[in-house]
Amino acid sequence: MTRPLPAMTGLTAQFYEWCSRGELRFQRCSRCATFRHVPRDLCAECGSFDWEWARSSGNGTVFTYTIVARALHPGFADAVPYAAAVIELAEGVRILGNIVDCPPGELRIGMPVRVDFERQSDAVTLPVFRRALTT
Amino acid sequence: MNTLMDAACIVGIGQTAVCRKPGSGLSQMALQLKAVAAALEDAGLTARDIDGIMPFPNLGRAEAFAASLGCENLRFAATLNLGGAAPVAALRVAAMAVATGSANHVLVPGGWNGYSGARTREIAATDSESIPGAAIARDYYLPYGLSAPPQWYALMAQRHMQEYGTRSEQLGAVAIAMRRHAQLNPDALMHGKPMTMDDYLDSPMISAPYRLLDCCLETDGAAAFIVTSTERARDLRGRAVSIMGAASGQPYPADDIFNRKDFHRIGLTTAAPEAFAMAGVTPAEVDFAQIYDCFTFEVIQQIEEAGFCRRGEGGAFVENGGIELGGRLPVNTHGGLLSQAHLLGLGHVVEAVRQLRGEAGERQVKNAQIGVVTGWGDFGDGSIAILCRGEQR
Repeated sequence: MTRPLPAMTGLTAQFYEWCSRGELRFQRCSRCATFRHVPRDLCAECGSFDWEWARSSGNGTVFTYTIVARALHPGFADAVPYAAAVIELAEGVRILGNIVDCPPGELRIGMPVRVDFERQSDAVTLPVFRRALTT
Repeated sequence: MNTLMDAACIVGIGQTAVCRKPGSGLSQMALQLKAVAAALEDAGLTARDIDGIMPFPNLGRAEAFAASLGCENLRFAATLNLGGAAPVAALRVAAMAVATGSANHVLVPGGWNGYSGARTREIAATDSESIPGAAIARDYYLPYGLSAPPQWYALMAQRHMQEYGTRSEQLGAVAIAMRRHAQLNPDALMHGKPMTMDDYLDSPMISAPYRLLDCCLETDGAAAFIVTSTERARDLRGRAVSIMGAASGQPYPADDIFNRKDFHRIGLTTAAPEAFAMAGVTPAEVDFAQIYDCFTFEVIQQIEEAGFCRRGEGGAFVENGGIELGGRLPVNTHGGLLSQAHLLGLGHVVEAVRQLRGEAGERQVKNAQIGVVTGWGDFGDGSIAILCRGEQR
């Protein structure tokens, strides 16, 4: 069974379209410059409806993680064990992603990581994270 | 000042048998109606008396309950989208309804074929309407391999372990306490199946730090309770349990787990102080707590956020029998979701009422006067009620 992919509609489609171009972008408020994720229609900090897709540095640290040992969705049956981590990016937003190229036993909270991209289908590319030597 | 303190009582409770294989053999509605019939009998009411119904999210409409039961005068119906926090949150809303005369008797049913029917992990992954954050989970969690509650919540537990030094053995202490209590409850699925710390540590990893024995049971079963004004409760035969205080709350944002400024803030963080203030008691005065135990860490987190100890001290609180009968705060005296059955949080309300009536048999908390019951749902929604023995304060 293939992996489940995001529904490519609305702001979510825009977020993942940037990933397909190899760029991690988040909404940034045009008034108060606050970054936000997941996509929302207005800025919860200042109430502005004005925003742009602003490019992330792609640098962050592991905020928390889990190692999935038993697949609870058939699409991941061949992937276990795999690491899913919440990454806190330099811009302040947090995003869930898989950590690749790091043995699960070496994963630590606070570990510096950097974004990369993995194409899943013609339409969808997902951000992934790799261990970075320095922040 | 307007207050709901002692405005309403729980006057009836009902619960079906619980099972795994081969399943209940009933539809989810029929299963719930059996529990409702038991609750009506317990209260000394008939279905005609019920004029308010608060069904659990996605488990039947009030109209269907009313038509099946013969509630000809339904005038109050509401469903709270709080997942497993809904039944305890319903205590507050039902209290509001009966205190204002919007209803006389409010029925809160809940039950499912959680084992023989669709499993929670399948629902969460496939139904984007199942919970308020489901579309976000579909687009931003599921593609990365997180499809179900133990995986989402493992991320919360792992961060707590890092920040406060909470250990796997402390998660295990929660599982073992629930299992010990189940040995005193003949109606618990894990009755006759004791567990040791080695059993716990040897159980297979599901989503670290959660092992199999950190996870609640998937079961078939149903329960129900009935809320009535304190004034009307005096005329009923059931031994009423008074709602001293009740509140619900949500984390912020409630529909995304990961972008919370205070990562450990859950619904209970704001709900508990509100409920204790309403009740006019402190956590130290509580004789027992029935805490929604979907997974072990959620018990530790709720003990902290409810104010039974400070944040970060929950791991130590649950060790050395701290939450077992005879300990400083007996938790889930029926065995909870972990070792009794998954009754969507209604089982916790039923057990709290039994304890306060003095009907808990071998597992009775001696001289129980004040009890707490909590609910947890979705991405950390919370609810809490503080209950006390009726007419004896």
